[in-house]
Amino acid sequence: MRKSWWKILTVIILLYVGSYGFLVKVPSLDGRLQQSIRNTFFHVPMWIAMTVILSISVVYAVKYLRSQNPKDDIFSLEFARTGLVFSFLGLFTGMIWAKYQWGAAWSDDPKQLGTAISILIYCAYFVLRGSINNIDQRGKIGAVYNIFAFCMLFPTLYILPRMTESLHPGGLGSEGNPGLNPNDTSQSLKLVMYPAFIGWTLLGVWIATLRVRYKLLLEKKLA
Amino acid sequence: MVIALCLMSIFSFAQQQTDSTNAPTDFMNSNGKIYVVVAVVLVILIGLFIYLFNLDNKISKLEKKNE
Repeated sequence: MRKSWWKILTVIILLYVGSYGFLVKVPSLDGRLQQSIRNTFFHVPMWIAMTVILSISVVYAVKYLRSQNPKDDIFSLEFARTGLVFSFLGLFTGMIWAKYQWGAAWSDDPKQLGTAISILIYCAYFVLRGSINNIDQRGKIGAVYNIFAFCMLFPTLYILPRMTESLHPGGLGSEGNPGLNPNDTSQSLKLVMYPAFIGWTLLGVWIATLRVRYKLLLEKKLA
Repeated sequence: MVIALCLMSIFSFAQQQTDSTNAPTDFMNSNGKIYVVVAVVLVILIGLFIYLFNLDNKISKLEKKNE
């Protein structure tokens, strides 16, 4: 076990989220969301975790371009991989929620379309890497592409969907920043939501570091 | 070991409830059976964590061997 205190913290936080998240009293507004508002403890953190993990990935991409250290490239690659897993988890959980909240799993909501676009952009990252045999070239071109992909992530997920009418909160016509606006959420929701953000993000980082360590071992074996 | 005991207690707890479905007044059947979902989610999370800790340990051992 390496540096295990934060892994234990992850376990504690997520056990808290997984138990108290179902027991905490949630506000009932007009009977549309009902208990499904508890998805903010599970669906929303997937996106928070993905954003953080992909940010770490792009930091290592820049680092690799500056240092040319293959270790940085492995970090960048494996964090991008884990981020993609979380984006799929977020997409599928969102589709389940949408099925019962908006009537259809996919209703061409701007945010859903933006998600599809950014997921495809990140999938192309792996296609691009896989198509280059030269290790140095693969690392460099991959890192540059990673930066471009990251630049598209925020517009497609967080900016463009909010400039048009959207089923998601925070579209055109609504004011403020949904969810992250402290006045939009009740105290009891925040009590679970914020730890959930931290806990799921830590879980993602944990999985990504495991993959990095596995990849480093593999490289050593092959070298 | 502690985790295993925790799991055991959850399982035994869940089993106690199965024969009393006719009485919706007990703990697991109260509040729209939400506690059943809590138990399921906790089992999944605990299982996932055991798996991750195991994997982490295995990789740590390999790293030690490689040094």
